[in-house]
Amino acid sequence: MKAVFKHELSLYYHGLLAYVFGAFLLEFIGIGAMMYNINRAVANFEYALGTFCIGFVALVPILTMRVMAEEKKQKTDQLLSLLPITGADIVLGKYFAMAVVFIAPMLVACVYPFIFSLYGDVYLPTSYGALFAFICLGLALIAIGMFISSLTESQGMAAGICVVVMLFCYYSADLADYISSTAFNVAALLVLSALLALLVRRLTRSDVAGLIILVLCVAAVAITWFVSPDSLQTLLPDLMSKLSLFERFYTFVNGVFDVTAIIYYASVAVFFLFLCVQSWEKKRYNG
Amino acid sequence: MITVEHLTKRYGDFTAVDDISFTIEDGHIYGFLGPNGAGKSTTMNIMTGCLAATSGEVKIDGYDIFEQARQAKQCIGYLPEIPPLYTDETPEEYLRFVAEAKGVAKKDIPGEVARVMEETRLTEMENRLIRNLSKGYRQRVGIAQALLGNPRYIILDEPTVGLDPLQIIEIRDLIRELGQKHTVILSSHILSEVQAICESVLIIAHGKLVAFDTPQNLQRTLAANNRLVITAECDEAALRAILDDQTVVADYTVEPDARPEAPAAAPAEAAEPADAADTEAVPAPLDPETAVLPADPAVAPGEPALCKATVTLAGDPVTACRTLFFAFAQARCALLQMTPLKADLENIFIELTEDEPSGKEATDHESGV
Repeated sequence: MKAVFKHELSLYYHGLLAYVFGAFLLEFIGIGAMMYNINRAVANFEYALGTFCIGFVALVPILTMRVMAEEKKQKTDQLLSLLPITGADIVLGKYFAMAVVFIAPMLVACVYPFIFSLYGDVYLPTSYGALFAFICLGLALIAIGMFISSLTESQGMAAGICVVVMLFCYYSADLADYISSTAFNVAALLVLSALLALLVRRLTRSDVAGLIILVLCVAAVAITWFVSPDSLQTLLPDLMSKLSLFERFYTFVNGVFDVTAIIYYASVAVFFLFLCVQSWEKKRYNG
Repeated sequence: MITVEHLTKRYGDFTAVDDISFTIEDGHIYGFLGPNGAGKSTTMNIMTGCLAATSGEVKIDGYDIFEQARQAKQCIGYLPEIPPLYTDETPEEYLRFVAEAKGVAKKDIPGEVARVMEETRLTEMENRLIRNLSKGYRQRVGIAQALLGNPRYIILDEPTVGLDPLQIIEIRDLIRELGQKHTVILSSHILSEVQAICESVLIIAHGKLVAFDTPQNLQRTLAANNRLVITAECDEAALRAILDDQTVVADYTVEPDARPEAPAAAPAEAAEPADAADTEAVPAPLDPETAVLPADPAVAPGEPALCKATVTLAGDPVTACRTLFFAFAQARCALLQMTPLKADLENIFIELTEDEPSGKEATDHESGV
């Protein structure tokens, strides 16, 4: 893992990518800090981070689009496969390299609340709590982006899908408010079931596995329909709100350090890294 | 030693590799021959752990490539068909990464990288970006990464594809040098290349291993098809009469009056073969151990008619040759030439790979070296 980590890190810093990513990240946070903390003289640095969240929609794809897709395109995945290292070593090495590229500019941002505290009354625990949560949110999103990159050989395709997924994550809580009717809920759940089945089929290359997932999901919706039709009206909005990564971050912006959210971010990161390892190993079985 | 047992790889309904078994002994250069799509690369990818098998096992020095992948992979250096290179790096950076990933101790990495670059004559290119290197040098970088960690087995998948003739010669020389220190397995569909470099040949067709032996033994195997070229001092009718009487003759084709018009310049074998089957085989150069009589009849014009035939013998070839010889002697017909037909590797390859798999081929092969 160490070799992959060092190699990946050197690839990021040999090129412009790490510097461009860092510059954009600091620019977004800087604009947020200027708008809230300097222009409006608000002492809460976490508000700047809360505003900047949308920046992840653009930044995560920039960072993750090439990480796995480019290996496949250049056929260097074959080199990694024949080295005496495991799929988990490869995925973790790459992930930690991206984590360093992300965290390095965040360390610069960590100085901002301290600077503000020299000129006013800044409550540092909430600021640094929000910064910590912001980093955890970013790491969870990077894991999702990495998994998306492992699904395709095309960087462009990986970036495109990643932007859509990030946008969905960002607006999922807002979208949940628009899903009010039972019929719309059922339709949305069926579409999500079909997407999940397609994903499983792509990962396993097994029509049967995809079909089983689809049937199970549809059966679950049908059972809910018959057992408790009323719950269907709020099922999807509740799910989307509960699973929303960004919604949980706003708890930190409001000054509350939510440990469950940190655990949730860690779980999301581990889950998608696990999927990423499976996606990598899949190539060995399917060629 | 590499042991491959009952290896099978299926993609849906298509069987790319079908129950292949063989053993690779240490210290030789092996050639993996087969037409495109025969399953060479698939087999090599499975042997190196890049691809999982549907069934069967591969053991490298006793380590299972799937169960004990780390130990097994440390014994192997592999150059895939398309060298997997990070083109934005220099050869030196690339090789450093591979050396570290292969578990070479940190203090040994500079020396190890320098060694493989020296061996593959890459030193002068160490600071140029890989994307700016010629195909030949890229191939060398690929071979250099395979050599890192000094693995016992070097597996090269079509190492000379796409190279110009000079580069091909250089890479072949390099492979020969590698063969002195490592066990080398190289795949190719260029027969002359395998014949020139390899001490043993595996021929794969339709996913099945159809032959595994030294090129010399393979040639002998085809000679054991009991085919002879004979030239007798008689007319066609007499020749036919003699051959028809022999139970040791399974089949024959006659080329009437094989007398050369200018004997010194055009020996009898230079005549066109009698049928299409003869185009697959060429009379071997005179071999004192196998040729019963000199190949060149050297008959002067004006002598009795000469007749040439290609004979397929039945039963033990030595007994059959002896019987034929005495039959011609008894008929007072001088037998001027009796030469076993040998095949070059190209003919063996065509013969073994052009047919559909019959299922008669042996599925377990031991190295013939």
